[in-house]
Amino acid sequence: MNQQNSTATREHLKPPVTEIGVLGWIRQNLFNSWFNSLLTVLALYGLYMTIPPLFKWAFADSLWFGSPDACRDIDGACWSIIPSNARFIFFGFFPEDQQWRPLTAMILLFVLVFHTQNRRSWNRALFPIWTCGLVVMGWLMHGGLGLPVVETAKWSGLPLTLMLSLFGMVGAYPLGILLALGRRSKLPAIHSLCVLYIELIRGVPLISMLFMSSIMFPLFLPEGINIDKVLRAQVAIILFTAAYIAEVVRGGLQAIPKGQYEAADSLGLNYGQAMRLIILPQALKIVIPPSVGILISAFKDTSLVVIIALYDVLKTTKVTLSNPEWMGFSSEAYLSLALLYFIFCYAMSSYSRKLEKALHTGH
Amino acid sequence: MPSAVPFWRDPKKRAIVFQIVILLLVFGIAYVLFSNTQANLRRQSIATGFGFLKAESGFEIGESVIPYSSADTYGRALLAGALNTLKVSFIGIVLTTILGVFIGIARLSHNWLVSRLASVFIEVMQNIPVLLQLFFWYAIFYEAFPAPRQALNPLPGIFLCNRGLILAVPASHPAHLPMLIALFAALASWWLLARWARRLQDLTGRTFPVVRVGLSLCLLLPALVWLAYGAPTALDVPVLRGFNFQGGVTVSPEFGALLIGLVLYTSAFVAEIVRAGIQAVTRGQIEAAMSIGLRPAQVLRLVVMPQALRVIIPPLTSQMLNLTKNSSLAIAIGFADFVSVANTTINQTGQAIEGVALIMAVYLCFSLSTSLFMNWYNKKMALVER
Amino acid sequence: MADKRIKQTPSNTDRSIIEIIGMHKWYGEFHVLSDINLRVQEKERIVICGPSGSGKSTLIRCINRLEEHQRGRIIVDGIELTNDIKNIEKVRAEVGMVFQHFNLFPHLTIMENLTLGPIWVRKMPKQEAEETAMMYLKKVKIAEQAKKYPGQLSGGQQQRVAIARSLCMSPRVMLFDEPTSALDPEMIKEVLDVMIDLAREGMTMLVVSHEMGFAKSVADRVLFMDDGQIVEENNPHDFFDNPRHERTKLFLSQIL
Repeated sequence: MNQQNSTATREHLKPPVTEIGVLGWIRQNLFNSWFNSLLTVLALYGLYMTIPPLFKWAFADSLWFGSPDACRDIDGACWSIIPSNARFIFFGFFPEDQQWRPLTAMILLFVLVFHTQNRRSWNRALFPIWTCGLVVMGWLMHGGLGLPVVETAKWSGLPLTLMLSLFGMVGAYPLGILLALGRRSKLPAIHSLCVLYIELIRGVPLISMLFMSSIMFPLFLPEGINIDKVLRAQVAIILFTAAYIAEVVRGGLQAIPKGQYEAADSLGLNYGQAMRLIILPQALKIVIPPSVGILISAFKDTSLVVIIALYDVLKTTKVTLSNPEWMGFSSEAYLSLALLYFIFCYAMSSYSRKLEKALHTGH
Repeated sequence: MPSAVPFWRDPKKRAIVFQIVILLLVFGIAYVLFSNTQANLRRQSIATGFGFLKAESGFEIGESVIPYSSADTYGRALLAGALNTLKVSFIGIVLTTILGVFIGIARLSHNWLVSRLASVFIEVMQNIPVLLQLFFWYAIFYEAFPAPRQALNPLPGIFLCNRGLILAVPASHPAHLPMLIALFAALASWWLLARWARRLQDLTGRTFPVVRVGLSLCLLLPALVWLAYGAPTALDVPVLRGFNFQGGVTVSPEFGALLIGLVLYTSAFVAEIVRAGIQAVTRGQIEAAMSIGLRPAQVLRLVVMPQALRVIIPPLTSQMLNLTKNSSLAIAIGFADFVSVANTTINQTGQAIEGVALIMAVYLCFSLSTSLFMNWYNKKMALVER
Repeated sequence: MADKRIKQTPSNTDRSIIEIIGMHKWYGEFHVLSDINLRVQEKERIVICGPSGSGKSTLIRCINRLEEHQRGRIIVDGIELTNDIKNIEKVRAEVGMVFQHFNLFPHLTIMENLTLGPIWVRKMPKQEAEETAMMYLKKVKIAEQAKKYPGQLSGGQQQRVAIARSLCMSPRVMLFDEPTSALDPEMIKEVLDVMIDLAREGMTMLVVSHEMGFAKSVADRVLFMDDGQIVEENNPHDFFDNPRHERTKLFLSQIL
């Protein structure tokens, strides 16, 4: 039986109308079986019960700029707690007339981050640009050389959160790389020390490290030498994050094919050169996405310094709430702060996903 | 014969020298820190050693699984704290697994609405610090819920107020222990039934509805015992006396906020892990299983889940460990977990080193046992390859 | 050339084992299969070829309902494929499929891979299932690997196991979706040999493949598909020596 379909007269048929377009999408994605239809109905009902009252509370009945007394008269949310206390929540105890300094430092940070996220700027200039940037930020925050000095005890609010995360990451990365290399070392003493450190730190909660830093560090130092609280907490965060970075970098090192190590050796490069020129550049590129994940965690974890009475942006918010005038508006304050954290973290994680896809196709 | 290599060029000898130098450095630093510490402790007249564990503590603990009062020792206080940590971790892990699996599967649903809602939940919960979530839920208890006198009463026997969630529970009765024994007996028979059913299937090919029968047994046997004791229905109902409730069981705001915050936060990560695990099973596997004629439930049970679980279990145990570590944040909302009690102990005795060491030791125990389990599981389950 | 061909007369039953009548399939707006009409007799061996994207894999995947068709009828062994789940399961038990990427279950041994279907779908006792499995493993010449796991076997070995796995369900029709495309060249022959043995024993086969040597020596009919339609259909001798359509000629010139 020979079937011949003339190619010229192919019938131009349209698919059944319930399969395509909006109707088709609705049918396939929301109602394609009785179970799914039930789920859709339940979900819509649940949304109907929760979204409109929430909307009413948050927007219709709410007050955005007003006094606390006016707030108590309304049923809705009192968002004015944020604008009225913005200076304190964001800058904490930093002297008011000098608050342009942390503001400038933060803007500088955002500019640097924005520049770095564009992969086209990934060249040799990036490292010195960041170093200069960090030095300038440090100078703006601390003072000296023309600017009045502000002790670290007064650094608080959002700049403190950003700094703890940023310097935490910057300090932890080199240490993490060393630990990863040490863990992969064949020398038993080095290997054991690194394994001991990494497993110990990864096994304990950050809070214990922060306790250690705030209570135990003063005991470690000889009499008379005092390191201030912020620096102690920063060291604890660095030591903690380094262990996690070490594991991630170790994964990257393991992913490099053995042939690369062998090629480096056969060129006559010593250990340091092989690592610096051949292995680490490749390994670090592989671990960029999980490193961003660690940065996100570090950013979230800075909130723990509340417990050792450092005034990061979470603590300043809490202090605002303990003001008798603004008592009782916890939900509004916490939700706004949650939004802030969410925007930062979601931006970072989206970037990380985008990066992972882009780097993967490059292989 | 090869000439002798000068020792500073011999890689083996260099390695040894390098290690000796590093060890000297590390131990040197350790020694300096140690002697500083001793001097400081002496200067501040702080005791050393763990003798304080036998001393009277002098402080109360908000809630405790074991009986405890301020006349008991620090040792007992720390034990109560550790049990509280275990309590919140255990319940938290169970709830997180259930919620996380549910949301992970929802995320994969063909229903766009359900999948999007799950996705929103995951993104929001993952990107907000857990401590902030704890503060939020704790504040809800304190600000949104009224005083006991005006407590919310959504269902008979359930009260919500700023002292917590107060539930009516069955009054203690001699029937309870036999009922528990009956439940264990039912579980044991379920296990035996499963073994018998498997052998039946091997021999004859017929399948037996083990799950249905097993579940029925678990419901039926305790129910029969309950009837045998005269079907006791007495409830311990909370009653408002004065300013507070008496009777029933109270879930304190601290415990409730801690549990809710930890479960919501961790379940978002578990959901992603479950999703990744199920997606790791390639479509081809499902097609091959279907083309042999297996039904969807069988495909799930025999082909998808065994492969998905291998991918899910290791990161899942990490998250369980994270939940346990995060429970240490209880100190920020006043729940008496181990860190919280240890902190009070440190404040009162001044013995920071012993206190922090205890905290780290306890959590290290949790971590090491989890690592051991994971290593064992990975070895057992690794797919055999060339 | 005739002596090289394995001659089997397809049995002359009134009812074809597979009937596809006026079948159309769309992916969204894309018309992937257009007016497919095909009748397959028992013991017939059909090879389907064509450029990638022509819909040939989609066509055979519609036969065991791994893909759904929107218009037309597909009838397998008297059972029509509709949304009725019972019919779908009956059809799948009668139709065996071999995939390009083997799709063996990595967490089960070879033996367990083969006995999974018989035990759970045909409700066979374990011993009987294992005896059947052993018989088919011997047939594809891989009996000694029964206790191994798929990850320990080469590609050619895995594909032979996949064929045995489908055979354990005693199907009436075997579908092959580019069975040798993912194999290294030296392993293609061992798989083709198994398929030739199968054809010799009278199995009804639909094979999507680029292996023209196989088509020439085994097939009763060769179909050429392009752009979702069956463009040309003929016995192998006439198909390769006297192609009628321009598109067929173009395709053959590219691959031969």
